[in-house]
Amino acid sequence: MLVRLWGTRGSLAAPGPETVRYGGNTSCVEIRGPEGELLILDAGTGIRRLGASLAADDNEAHLLLTHLHMDHIQGRGFFAPLFRPDFDIHIWGPPSSNQLLRDRISRYLSPPLFPVRLRELPSLVAIHDILGGEVRIGSLTMRAEFVCHPGPTVGYRIGDGRRSIAYIPDHEPALGHRTAGFEPRWTSGIDLAEDCDLLIHDTQFTAAEYPDHAGWGHSSIDHAVDFAEAARARRLVTFHHDPAHGDTEIDEMLKRGRARASTVEVLPGHEGDVFEV
Amino acid sequence: MAEPIEIILLRQWASYLGLPVWIMDAGGSLVFYNEAAEALLGRRFEESGAIAVEDLASLFSTRSEDGQPLAASELPVSIALMERRPSHSTILMQGFDGRARKLEITAFPVTGLAGRMLGAVAMFWETA
Repeated sequence: MLVRLWGTRGSLAAPGPETVRYGGNTSCVEIRGPEGELLILDAGTGIRRLGASLAADDNEAHLLLTHLHMDHIQGRGFFAPLFRPDFDIHIWGPPSSNQLLRDRISRYLSPPLFPVRLRELPSLVAIHDILGGEVRIGSLTMRAEFVCHPGPTVGYRIGDGRRSIAYIPDHEPALGHRTAGFEPRWTSGIDLAEDCDLLIHDTQFTAAEYPDHAGWGHSSIDHAVDFAEAARARRLVTFHHDPAHGDTEIDEMLKRGRARASTVEVLPGHEGDVFEV
Repeated sequence: MAEPIEIILLRQWASYLGLPVWIMDAGGSLVFYNEAAEALLGRRFEESGAIAVEDLASLFSTRSEDGQPLAASELPVSIALMERRPSHSTILMQGFDGRARKLEITAFPVTGLAGRMLGAVAMFWETA
């Protein structure tokens, strides 16, 4: 599998000279399967450039939404293939307790927030409510589980039978923990990340910032490293960078994460980075 | 295998409460009780750990308020689990320490998104 980061920023797009290396676009990750399957993880502003990069013979994509906070869906209307009648797109994501995913998505893809309605798109759009369990997409398997973040939010595990990728961009496994470390049975998201080859995980806050943001649904770099090691992940990619953090601050967080890690390899999540899994 | 996120968050919530709380999983096992409940049961959770459903009946003796033997299925937590509805009653319970206590119990089912039945929560109040 090939993994490309098109947007690594959390909460709000943050373009500018201070974010050039890590990037300013919000969450979007491309996964290419061995048979050319195209999976897109979240539709933050990074999805615009992903859409522009697709070849004319790319005619199907599976868009896996973790949740419907704006930084994860804002780019969707600017994904050019949506306007191609020969393009099939499957959108997967969590329903709420009262609304199906289609109804929840339609709230954004409609005036006054967006000029085009979902039903007016020329591409073929199929919408699938994620309720847990495993789904096969070509030669890949996709599994979703609810994780700790405000509102219905899932993380994903993608596998090709040999290797696996876990994507948990908005996640606060430390919320409410009263003891040090993450006991697997009582840790949100641990099954998704267990023994995975690449974990793309929330590292929004510094350790010093976290106490003032507990309950916001995000992790400190320390929590992300501890979570990755509790799950025995092989590589951890830092992700969902805070919009107030410039490249230098994120470099410092990376240094701290690497110093803390004993088993997991901690890698910087720069927009444009490609990982082979 | 991790517990579902709803049960994990319930445990974290319960661990901050002064009110005794039990958390059962969908199979009826007692997967967590908080510090306040430890005082009622007479044993710390760290000592007992999770208690499988088949062991529960032998560990706790329960009777109705007027002293009649109570079937496990009549307990509020069982009703919450089996009938998927809230339940409340007053019972006499003898825990690990052998002491009988009169308890009011309120239990409710834990239903996750899409109607997933995940377990039940019981809250206790010692009245005598």
